[in-house]
Amino acid sequence: MAMTARQRARISRGVQYGLLVVIVVALVFIADWNTLISRALNPSVMAQQFPQIITVALKNTLIYTALGFVAGMSGGILLALMRLSSVAPYRWIATLYIELFRGVPAVLVFLALGFGVPLAFQVRFNNLVTVMLALGLVSAAYIAESLRAGLQAVPKGQYEAARSLGMSHARAMVTIIIPQALRIVLPPLTNEVILLAKDSSLVYLLGMTVAQYELTKFGREAISGTGAGLTPLVLAGVCYLIITVPLGLLARYFETRADARSARK
Amino acid sequence: MKKSTATATAAHPASVTIDGLHKSYGSLDVLKGISLDVQPGEVVCLIGPSGSGKSTLLRCVNLLETPQRGRIQIGDVEVTDPDVDIDAVRRRVGMVFQQFNLFPNMSVLKNLTVAQRKVLGRSESAARQTALHNLERVGLADKADSAPAQLSGGQQQRVAIARALSMDPELMLFDEPTSALDPETVGDVLSIMRDLAKEGMTMLVVTHEMAFARDVADRVVFMDGGVVVEEGLARDVIGAPQHQRTQTFLSRVLNPTQVHTPES
Repeated sequence: MAMTARQRARISRGVQYGLLVVIVVALVFIADWNTLISRALNPSVMAQQFPQIITVALKNTLIYTALGFVAGMSGGILLALMRLSSVAPYRWIATLYIELFRGVPAVLVFLALGFGVPLAFQVRFNNLVTVMLALGLVSAAYIAESLRAGLQAVPKGQYEAARSLGMSHARAMVTIIIPQALRIVLPPLTNEVILLAKDSSLVYLLGMTVAQYELTKFGREAISGTGAGLTPLVLAGVCYLIITVPLGLLARYFETRADARSARK
Repeated sequence: MKKSTATATAAHPASVTIDGLHKSYGSLDVLKGISLDVQPGEVVCLIGPSGSGKSTLLRCVNLLETPQRGRIQIGDVEVTDPDVDIDAVRRRVGMVFQQFNLFPNMSVLKNLTVAQRKVLGRSESAARQTALHNLERVGLADKADSAPAQLSGGQQQRVAIARALSMDPELMLFDEPTSALDPETVGDVLSIMRDLAKEGMTMLVVTHEMAFARDVADRVVFMDGGVVVEEGLARDVIGAPQHQRTQTFLSRVLNPTQVHTPES
C-alpha cells in the first residue's frame, strides 16, 4: 500500500478519464442515429428554414434583446443610484422594486404587461413597446444589483484619493469610480444580455404577426406547420448560441485586457 | 537629470490652525478638543498609539472626516466654515495615504495628469510636463508609462507623492505613508519626504518612524485617547519626553523587543 501522492493522483485521473469514455461510448451506441438525424438534424428541413430564420427570427431576437437591454440598463442605472441614495424613501422603493421583479418569473411580467395593464388602464401598447418594457422591467432589477455591487466593490480609498485631488463627487464618480466599476460589472452584465436573449422567447405570449417571430416562436411554428420533427428547434438553438457564445468571448477578451493592464508585471 | 535645480515646491506654503476640534462616531469620542498651530513651511509629526485619533485629525484637515465642533483654518481659508468650497480647499492640500490609492486602471503618468486636467484645467502638455518633473523629483521618471501594479510598494508611494505634488499644493498631509511598505523601501519614501521638508513645504505627518520624526520634524505632537498629551521640539519630545504616557509609548516603539512588565 505504499503509494505516493503523485501515484494516487495519477490513478484517480485515470479513473475519471475512463468513466468519461464509457459514458460517451454508451450514449453513441444507445442513440438511434437514423431517427435522430431524420427527426432532429434533417438536412432538407434545415434548408427550408433559410433564409427566414436569419432574416426574420434571428434579427427579431437581436432587436428584442437590444431593446430590453437599453431599457434594463436605463432602469438599472436609475435603480442602482436610488439604492445608494441618501434619501431613504428612494432606497426603499428601489429595494422593493428589485425584490419584486427579481422574485417573479418573467412570464408573469409579460402576461401582466400584455393583458393586465391594457385591461386595467384601457391602453394598448404596440408589441415592440410591450417587449421592451417587459424585458426591461425584469432585467433592470438584476442590472441594478450588479451595478450597485460593482460601484461598492471599488475600494473607498479610490474615492478618497479622487476627492483629495480636488475632484467633485460627480467628477470622482465619472472619472475614477465608474470606469473601475464597469470592469467589475462586465461579467454579470454579459450574463444579463445572455439571459435577455433567451427571455426574449417569451414574446410569443403576446401574440405576434409572422414578421415579428423570434427564434423560438419561429421554430415552433415550423414544427406545427410541417410535421418537420425537432429540426427547426435544434436550428433555433444553434442561432441562440450564435448570439451568446461571441458575447461570452467578447466579455472574456475585455476582462483579460483589463486584467493585463492592471496586473503585476 | 539636467533639471535637478532645487525648485521650491510650495511657492506659498500655508499655515494650519486647529482650534478645539471634536470628532465622534456615535458615542465614541475620537478627538476631544484638539488645538494645534502649524507655521508655513513647518514639518509637524503626529505620533501616538493606534486609536489615538491622529489619522482622524489629519483626515479632518481636508474634510475627509467632518468634525462636529471646532475650527480648522488653512492659510486664510476656514475649512470648517459650512459654506466653504471644499473642492477648492482640497486643490491646495496634497494627501498621501497609507495604501497609496493610485488609480490602478491608469498609467503612472495618467495618475499624475488626470486631476491636473480635470480639476485645474491644465492643457495636456502642461499637465504632462508637470507630471514628468514631479516623477523626476521622486526618482521615477522612467516609470511614466508603467501600470501602478508593476511597481513595488515604495515606488507606488513615491508616485502617490508625485501625484499630490503635481497639483502644486501649499500643504501636504501624510497618513502613515510608510506603514504598508516593505522595510527595504521605506528609506526611499522617507528621503523624498525629507527633501520636500527642506524645500519648505508645510507638512503634517502621521508616522511611526521615530527616527524620521526626530531628524526631520520641526515639532512632534504626541496624541493619546483623542487629546494632545505633549508637544514640542522633536528632539525634546522624542529625546526627553515629560509625560508618563509619552515615555511608555516611546520606550515601546524604540525598544520593541524589550519585555514590558505591567507596573504594579
